[in-house]
Amino acid sequence: MVPEPPPAGNGSSAAPGIAVEARNASKEFGQGEGAMRALDDVSVAIRKGEFFTLLGPSGCGKTTLLRLIAGFDTPTSGTILLNGRDITADPPNRRPVNTVFQSYALFPHLTVLQNIRFGLDMLGRKRAEADARAAEMLALVRLEGFAARRTAQLSGGQQQRVALARALAPAPEVLLLDEPLSALDLKLRKEMQRELKRLQRETGITFVFVTHDQEEALTMSDRIGVMRGGRILQIGGPREIYNQPANRFVADFIGETNFLAGEVEAVEGDLATIGLPCGSLTVPATGLGQGQKVTLAIRPEQVRIGEAEGLPAMITGNVYFGTDTHCHLELAGGAEIVARLQNAADDVAALDEGTSVRVSFAPGSVQVLQD
Amino acid sequence: MAERRPFSVTRLPGFTAIAIITFALLYAPIATLVAFSFNGSESIAIWGGFSWRWYAIAWQNTAVQEATVRSLVIAASAAAIAGTVATLAALGTTRTRPFRGQTLIYVLVNQPLMVPEIVTAVALLIFFSGIKLATGYAGLGYLILAHSAFCVPFAYLPIRARLEGMDLSLETAACDLYADRFQTFRHVTLPLMAPGIVAGVMLAFIISLDDVVITEFVKSAGQDTLPTYMLGQLRRAVTPEVNAISTALLALTVLLLTVFFLLTRKRD
Ligand SMILES: Nc1ncnc2c1ncn2[C@@H]1O[C@H](COP(=O)(O)OP(=O)(O)OP(=O)(O)O)[C@@H](O)[C@H]1O
Ligand SMILES: [Mg+2]
Repeated sequence: MVPEPPPAGNGSSAAPGIAVEARNASKEFGQGEGAMRALDDVSVAIRKGEFFTLLGPSGCGKTTLLRLIAGFDTPTSGTILLNGRDITADPPNRRPVNTVFQSYALFPHLTVLQNIRFGLDMLGRKRAEADARAAEMLALVRLEGFAARRTAQLSGGQQQRVALARALAPAPEVLLLDEPLSALDLKLRKEMQRELKRLQRETGITFVFVTHDQEEALTMSDRIGVMRGGRILQIGGPREIYNQPANRFVADFIGETNFLAGEVEAVEGDLATIGLPCGSLTVPATGLGQGQKVTLAIRPEQVRIGEAEGLPAMITGNVYFGTDTHCHLELAGGAEIVARLQNAADDVAALDEGTSVRVSFAPGSVQVLQD
Repeated sequence: MAERRPFSVTRLPGFTAIAIITFALLYAPIATLVAFSFNGSESIAIWGGFSWRWYAIAWQNTAVQEATVRSLVIAASAAAIAGTVATLAALGTTRTRPFRGQTLIYVLVNQPLMVPEIVTAVALLIFFSGIKLATGYAGLGYLILAHSAFCVPFAYLPIRARLEGMDLSLETAACDLYADRFQTFRHVTLPLMAPGIVAGVMLAFIISLDDVVITEFVKSAGQDTLPTYMLGQLRRAVTPEVNAISTALLALTVLLLTVFFLLTRKRD
């Protein structure tokens, strides 16, 4: 009576190596006038065995997308595919996808062991098999001594581990994690971040992880999908997202960025000269037309301060951060930028407020954003 | 410096005196009733020394025995029926999408709390006498049905409260872990709502056990329950036997209410 999780599909349209995919998925809440578009034509393909993170500010639709994948909601339009098979109409109990809930949602009337066994029992696994698997899961999350405890008698971190073990026990194709670490304090959170990475490596299961913490996303993910207002703005590895943000929102949301408004003065091959109020800058860029308005994005750690060449600027202040110092500068023409200087280097002390300097940028570090 | 407190009723003049008088008025009659159930003499007003005599007499009285059994049978049946109906009603009003007429359903379920009992009693008397005439059946069924009906809201309220307090993500989690609708109900919803059901059934049981008005109107000849038997006795010579029965009933009710309280109390 109880279905096995459906076997890996071999649908004709499946790109090999794709575990789960949303195609043009939209979700509207409410109808008519008051309708609210929580997801707007989202397409994303998550690879087998990868640690994929959905990153974005509150209300951007991260949970909604997870719920569509888990089957708790159905998309207003579009399809959800698992191993290339269309599962849009399948109820959650027919999808080999498990969820770690933000509130953990552990069953309070069951023990730790019974919680972990729940999925296996519902799948009708043999007793001995379920026992063995549950014991294996307890060991995996390092809770061997806690099998007989009630979940209310556990700490937050321990409950988190039970939730993970419970979701991993049926060996799902995809594990969905909706901000699982947000209820933990900083230290435990760092510990659980490492723990999650370890679990993902050891099990090889595809993880779809939701967070609004950009640092968490950068440190943990194989790839990141940055979301805003129900859309996915950019998908890429942490380095790509950080170094080549697709637009101003991504550049701003992830890490700190200096933005400089400018205009294209000349294009020569794949080099463009951008005019700024304080001078002009030649950078590699393609697809630009003369006279076009652009924004330059430069990470603070890529800003070089010197005396000989570059754009003229004046130091307006220094903020000491321990490992580094943030040096605030005003460029000629009024634009303000921040340079991050490593404190290990000893040329920092000399930069007093009011000093006139010249600013340059590390080669290849200037991103031209067309907005 | 003394902390300024907001208005507190406990600091009004005469608060303590009023409280003591109120509690005395509430409990003195009951205390007297209980005390005289242990009276050694025939009187319900003159103390004749401590004795279990009236308990023994009541225990051996076949009319009391029969009325007790009848009361328990009716209360148990009514509690079971009302508990089932109330459970379904509570599920229907908390585990469905909000629907038109939900408030009306709520009012209808709780109707017995609002309609004067005497009206229900008269209505049932007339309604059932018609059926009695047509079918010839004159058994306990009428009493059981009548009791079930007015017990439903008492069973419904604690069950509904329990369901509303339940974290819905638990049911979502069960579904995520391959439980179908029935398994989710069987393994998650039902065990979690069980304390509410037990509490509701017990409350229904007590309410049924205690009923006089509706029972008096609906019962056929020879169908006295404990309360209506006692009412009948009071019309004749009054002995401390009635006190003894009342005290026993009181003890049972207090016991059940204590369990009810323990079950519904918030555990945190
Ligand atoms: N059941 C619902 N009914 C109506 N609107 C909803 C519903 N669920 C979500 N929304 C709306 O859809 C939008 C996206 O919600 P969602 O929960 O996916 O955001 P999120 O990215 O997970 O945010 P957070 O980081 O705060 O959890 C929000 O504006 C929210 O108000
Ligand atoms: Mg969310």
